[in-house]
Amino acid sequence: MAQQESQAVERELTMSRAMVEAIAHEMRENDEVFYMGEDVADYGGIFDSTEGLREEFGYDRVMDVPISETAYIGAAVGAAQAGMRPIAELMFVDFFGVCMDQIYNQMAKNTYMSGGNVSVPMVLTTAVGGTYNDAGQHSQTLYGTFAHLPGMKVVVPSTAYDAKGLMHNAIRDDDPVVYMFHKRLMGIGWMPAPDGPKTPVPDEPYTIPFGSADVKREGSDVTVVTLGLHVHQALEAAETLAEDGIDAEVIDLRTLVPLDTETILESIGKTGRLVVVDEDYRSYGVTAEIVASAAEERLADLDAVERVAVPDVPLPYARPMEDEVIPDVEDIEAAVRAVEP
Amino acid sequence: MFEDMVTARYYEERLQEEYLEGKQPAFDISAGPIPGELHLAAGHEAAAAGVCRHLRDDDTVTAPHRPHHVAIAKGVDLKRMTAEIFGRQTGLSGGKGGHMHLFDPDVNFACSGIIAEGCPPAVGAGLAAKKRNEDSVAVAVLGEGAISQGAFLESLNLAAVQELPVVFVVEDNDWAISMPKDRITDVDDGSLRAGGFDMPGVRVDYDDATAVYDAAKDAIGRARAGNGPTLLEVQVHRRMGHFMGDPQSYRPDEDTEAAQERDSIERLADDLREAGVEDDDVEAIRERAHDRVDEVIEWAKDQPEPDPEAAHEDVFVNPPSGVTTDEPTHELAGSDD
Repeated sequence: MAQQESQAVERELTMSRAMVEAIAHEMRENDEVFYMGEDVADYGGIFDSTEGLREEFGYDRVMDVPISETAYIGAAVGAAQAGMRPIAELMFVDFFGVCMDQIYNQMAKNTYMSGGNVSVPMVLTTAVGGTYNDAGQHSQTLYGTFAHLPGMKVVVPSTAYDAKGLMHNAIRDDDPVVYMFHKRLMGIGWMPAPDGPKTPVPDEPYTIPFGSADVKREGSDVTVVTLGLHVHQALEAAETLAEDGIDAEVIDLRTLVPLDTETILESIGKTGRLVVVDEDYRSYGVTAEIVASAAEERLADLDAVERVAVPDVPLPYARPMEDEVIPDVEDIEAAVRAVEP
Repeated sequence: MFEDMVTARYYEERLQEEYLEGKQPAFDISAGPIPGELHLAAGHEAAAAGVCRHLRDDDTVTAPHRPHHVAIAKGVDLKRMTAEIFGRQTGLSGGKGGHMHLFDPDVNFACSGIIAEGCPPAVGAGLAAKKRNEDSVAVAVLGEGAISQGAFLESLNLAAVQELPVVFVVEDNDWAISMPKDRITDVDDGSLRAGGFDMPGVRVDYDDATAVYDAAKDAIGRARAGNGPTLLEVQVHRRMGHFMGDPQSYRPDEDTEAAQERDSIERLADDLREAGVEDDDVEAIRERAHDRVDEVIEWAKDQPEPDPEAAHEDVFVNPPSGVTTDEPTHELAGSDD
């Protein structure tokens, strides 16, 4: 288990430092790895996703590009097909509309359409998430969009330990990987993180295999399945619920493609009650996928289910409305209580 | 023109003060009375004022993520715009859009937080005017960082080939967040790009409101007369960071200092004095603008916050029946019970 391994290490890193450490290691080991994006060199990434990389590797390998997502993300596809291992950053996931053709018609499909004769070993990193009132074009989470379209592996770390291990794996993977980091977890000064994402991180490289969900808290009464920022909110809710004698198990998916249904089903076998929490839109999303998978495989074990997600409205700007639509700790508590007999 | 510029500058100085309240000493983007990011346009005022002076309410303007100076020059309702920026119920969109997403259909103003994405809708407004045989025009305002985007280049081509009444106004402030202009383009004079689309291209080299006014008069006149689009690039300067809280460590101090020294407002004030306008009259304009801004900010701060439930409204103008709500279902699944 990832958590147990990390307990032996004292050094704690923020999630952004852990990500950068993995990228730097892979860049030192392999000249074919390079990073490309907007404001990633001198600025170090708006969310510190590349802090310090340009100083070590220079502009040739940490490339600032013009604001032209179609061109540079498509260029990453081309470089990957030529055998390099590019990492391309889409500054906010909300900007995917500018360049989605290169992502879902090229990056994600070329392996399949070539009958497996072409591989696209690239990583697409992107910032997700709200909770800082930046309105409809800068606050979306969109886990479901990328996981829905075939051909992309989709990674969502929630701690520094996981961020490093998943990044090593992402860069070494021969398929395109979408690595979605939540702004609120990065540990940047102007957007304080909750307690939790800053964890012990070993110096040496290690990988976390895709498709291995992590049971972040064991419990016997209710299974709470979530990812990203909401792992920490679910853990907080679980502590409060424990005071009332409700023992919630919290599962962090860590990757959406592949999805570790086995861990979820095992937990449902134990608890019989399922709550799925997602910061993405409710309809046709992660919550629906998890509930459907559980129903297909373990209908007889399921006593009750609840979904907690953003209702089907774009993210509003004003705080009272953003608070209304983004799930919080209280929403998770209420959903857990609702499935309790 | 001078009043628009003074209003925009002072408005943003006041917004800056309000924005930083609650963010001192540690800058936390989610603290303080103004939500979200804030992108200020100090140093850009000449472009908006010189262009919008030629526009009517039925002309369309699409602005980028740095919209306040353009909105003010276009005549957007300043009170409701300010309430929107503070996230209040009486804001232009009831607090749903915020500072990067201001919509005022009364004066045909809109803006978008996605780079260059205001260009295609401006082309569409021009297309509508042409189809209806109306003489309104559309203006798309964007930064020089946006000129590499497909949406901009595709829009130039579509407007040109359809001979649409559109003026593309590029505000060249030399910086696309941390990227200096010379690292995003090998074409120093952006107006040369117009040649690739067989449309007129004009560059105003110094941020001189009068020169912008003259160049825009020609471009907008040409569009209104049915003679097609123009690309107008205006040199401005960025006195501030890309957004409030931007540490600007990528930017040489001398560049920031040079930007602070070049002040299009003082330049225009000098021009006015040279043209024989009395100092008292210049000061009276300034004072009137400041009073107006102070008044709208106080008004906006007194406005109520939106009802959280309002978040669920306005997804559709004509909401389908049975639309999904956020109500917990409490439904039991499975067959055991």
